[in-house]
Amino acid sequence: MAKSEQEILESLGKIINEITGIPAADVTPEKNFVDELDIDSLSMVEIAVAAQDEFDVEIPDDQLKNLKTVKDVINFIQA
Amino acid sequence: MRITQGAPGARVLAFGHYQPANVVTNDELAKTIDTSDEWIRSRVGIVERRLASAGETEIDLAVQAGGKAMATSGLSADDFDLVIVATCTMETQIPNAAAQVADRLGIQAPGAFDVNAACAGFCYALAAANDAVRAGSATNVLVVGTEKFSNWLDWTDRSTAVIFADGAGAAVVGASDTPGIGPVAWGSAGDKSDAIIIRGRDSFLQQEGQTVFRWATTALYPAALAACERAGVDPSELSAFVPHQANLRIIEAIARKLGAEKAVVARDIVHAGNTSAASIPLALSRMIERGEVESGGLALLFGFGAGLTYAGQVIEIP
Ligand SMILES: CC(C)(COP(=O)(O)OP(=O)(O)OC[C@H]1O[C@@H](n2cnc3c(N)ncnc32)[C@H](O)[C@@H]1OP(=O)(O)O)[C@@H](O)C(=O)NCCC(=O)NCCS
Repeated sequence: MAKSEQEILESLGKIINEITGIPAADVTPEKNFVDELDIDSLSMVEIAVAAQDEFDVEIPDDQLKNLKTVKDVINFIQA
Repeated sequence: MRITQGAPGARVLAFGHYQPANVVTNDELAKTIDTSDEWIRSRVGIVERRLASAGETEIDLAVQAGGKAMATSGLSADDFDLVIVATCTMETQIPNAAAQVADRLGIQAPGAFDVNAACAGFCYALAAANDAVRAGSATNVLVVGTEKFSNWLDWTDRSTAVIFADGAGAAVVGASDTPGIGPVAWGSAGDKSDAIIIRGRDSFLQQEGQTVFRWATTALYPAALAACERAGVDPSELSAFVPHQANLRIIEAIARKLGAEKAVVARDIVHAGNTSAASIPLALSRMIERGEVESGGLALLFGFGAGLTYAGQVIEIP
């Protein structure tokens, strides 16, 4: 069964916390990774790799560039 | 036909290193390239690097490092019968580096060949040296990693110019009754051969940074673990982890997964930059010199880079 938005958000929060140390609670859908969460492109690669394993999706580098907000990632995983 | 009887084991008897005198800080680079100290420190981890002078060649660097390793080993030039140089920045296609390095160090007519596995080169060369001693093809081997990367960089390309640097490191490998060099775990990913490339004579190093970063932070940990397993060593027993000094973020990511709690992790990139095939012996030799690691401890060496190639082995620190 596909995961709900809330479930994905929670797992993403955990992944982002492990990689960057940002509190999981700060990871909310509208947040922009670079400007608001201060996550750089290399941490994004690490997050994408961890998300691939967690959600069983492929997130190639050229797609990753378009994922600007937490909501973008959730949509990508759900699509 | 007869075959040779090799030694029961081989070990690293000594390390040596050499860095060019010229220290170049991030701020100095920022004067001519559109970059900043903050960006380089946070993305790559480098604070300063060493660059060779115009007249100083990769052979010169290798001779300095090799000479120091030979002196520390207590062996004399006559004791060596094989010289292997790992490099990917030779100015000449032929002759190779190894024969010239041997000649300049007074080693008479040894077997001499170069290894090109880019930043993984030193671990490939060390594996070849280990196997040569154990198979009876050589008695004492000088293994050198040397690079003058500054000659192969486009100094207007900020994505590479801030990363790569010059230097050399060397190891003396000799026969022993007990093994001091574990089995190599090596491999390659030729489907990603374009990811780090110098296309031809008049071009410079180009890389797809994120492709390499993703590969390095995901595909390499299993190979590093395999090198431990092949040697029968648990990561918790390691006293040092010396990966290729490509990027501090890659080093930290692999070290985190490896979970070698006791191990000192080499972070030589901070002051040496990425010196490709030289980075591992350079880093470990400097750690030994500073007294950060103890003789007899186990170190996991792990190289990776263009090819893409990778190789690693556990060694006993001399
Ligand atoms: C090379 C590397 C540091 C680049 O980092 P990155 O985050 O992938 O960088 P990107 O190319 O995505 O660039 C991110 C931003 O920084 C900028 N940038 C790139 N190089 C820069 C530099 N030297 N100084 C300042 N800014 C720089 C880019 O222009 C880009 O800006 P933008 O977001 O405004 O467009 C990184 O990919 C890396 O280290 N990869 C591994 C490479 C490696 O280890 N190779 C050797 C293996 S042996």
